[in-house]
Amino acid sequence: MNIAVLVKQVPDTAAQIRLNSDKSWIETRDLNWVLSPYDEYAVEEALKTVEAGEGEVTAITYGGDDAVETLRKALAMGAHKAVHIKKSGFTDLLGTAQALAKQVEAGGYDLVFAGLKATDDECAAIGPMVATLLGMPCITEVSKLEIGDGKVTAQREIEGGVEVVEAPMPCLLTAQKGLNEPRYPNLKGIMMAKKKPVEEVEAEEVEPRVETLGMSYPSERPAGKIVGQGVEAVPELVRLLREEARVIE
Amino acid sequence: MSVLVYIEVRDGVVKKASLEAFSIGRKIAGELGGNVNAVLAGSGLDSAVEKAKAYGASKVFVAESGDMASYVPEGYMKTVVEAASQSDAKVVLAAATSQGRDLAPRLAAKMGVMFMPDVTSIEVEGGEVKISRPVYAGKVYMNLKAKVYPVVITTRPNTFDAVEEAGAGEKVALDISFEAKAKVIEVKATGGDRLDVTEADVIVAGGRGLKEPENFKLIEDLAGTLGAAIGATRAVVDAGWRPHSEQVGQTGKTVGPTLYFAVGISGAVQHLAGMRTSKTIVAINKDADAPIFKVADYGLVGDALEILPALNEALKK
Repeated sequence: MNIAVLVKQVPDTAAQIRLNSDKSWIETRDLNWVLSPYDEYAVEEALKTVEAGEGEVTAITYGGDDAVETLRKALAMGAHKAVHIKKSGFTDLLGTAQALAKQVEAGGYDLVFAGLKATDDECAAIGPMVATLLGMPCITEVSKLEIGDGKVTAQREIEGGVEVVEAPMPCLLTAQKGLNEPRYPNLKGIMMAKKKPVEEVEAEEVEPRVETLGMSYPSERPAGKIVGQGVEAVPELVRLLREEARVIE
Repeated sequence: MSVLVYIEVRDGVVKKASLEAFSIGRKIAGELGGNVNAVLAGSGLDSAVEKAKAYGASKVFVAESGDMASYVPEGYMKTVVEAASQSDAKVVLAAATSQGRDLAPRLAAKMGVMFMPDVTSIEVEGGEVKISRPVYAGKVYMNLKAKVYPVVITTRPNTFDAVEEAGAGEKVALDISFEAKAKVIEVKATGGDRLDVTEADVIVAGGRGLKEPENFKLIEDLAGTLGAAIGATRAVVDAGWRPHSEQVGQTGKTVGPTLYFAVGISGAVQHLAGMRTSKTIVAINKDADAPIFKVADYGLVGDALEILPALNEALKK
């Protein structure tokens, strides 16, 4: 079974995000870049699946020159090869999905994994958009997966429950936290990753269908107050919630 | 120049988040000088159609079929695309619920248009649609303007007000044929009667400060008294104390309830990102210097294990 994993490079989730001087974008200078956390679940699930049988895992990313680092991370975890769609200038979500869909189609994979969302722009869109462009079945936010004979059975969390969804292969699945425990690349994996093939493809420039007007910080919360210390302060807290904030009866 | 809003129905009941999306949709339709229409798919939709009418839908497009009783992406997608085409929609809106998050990007891809997910503000300026959406877990916001229409937008639940305003509500039946690719074969309820953390007005969330998983009983008791949902930090979810469905913050859920209790939670940046839009925040923590107190409206310094039972008793009165 051959599997593609769609990955993205993002700033470390622990990073303090600051805006640049004209607030047109985030300040990227001091950021530490990582493989998007949900993509780690996607890579892990792909690796587990081929390890249980046979086949190869191909990591695919769409991004600038530095994005190759994220492909190396996926390769160090155990992916066999990678495709780097090199971003040149502008695009938008649909443009990105189209570029990825083209590579997925060319590879003729049995399964495609993606993280449920990238932790930078948090669109949670690329997986289902790629699948729709290819007319491929898609299950999003998968937290449990069984791969059977030509089909998959997945669980996805919904509000107050889970849906059990079945789809024929080939299909695209987006990984939710809880699906597995991603492995850490070991030294051997990191060394081997340097020798694994990374195919470079030039992306087509797309006239974006949206205009970025700038970025902003969330409005500051007004300073709160310390009501008091310990159990003695409980009656005052309850009074404030009832009479001042009026959020409980 | 109309606006089309997808109304999500589960077990015959319209999702509150869909009514929020519909209400902001009605507002921007007015500003764009057009109508707001609703689209529904599923079965047993009569009361949901009435609801769409009560919220001001000019037309209510309905694809009612036993084949679509539970969510079928292909069928629901075709339904919305058909309604968007028949109503010449400039903006297609849905709520960013688990179903909306699944459906909306497919719609955008199918229609070959731009998608703006999980927005917290939508404005019309000079006939153009501008949105704001949280990125990097809400640490910053991105402000965007659509350049090509139609555009598909999802609204973050608990952000927009749901306001009734009766409309004509002319029902238009759609006959949709589709080939289901992925099929929901079972829906299992979890958590009993307790509300999901993304849908609750009140959340009681606990972290490492509770010391032991068993002490979440105190959180459950307080949540029971308040009719609240339970939230948890990444630390206690990763430690296996609580299910991931309760995790609030980056790599978990983003919430904005009326009242949020952060109990034994220090306030890591990833957690704050997921709950900072809550209307009132109460923090209970032993460490007076914990970052959670910087975002809390009301802080109580002390041992959560002593304060929780006292607070529960006081609130029962």
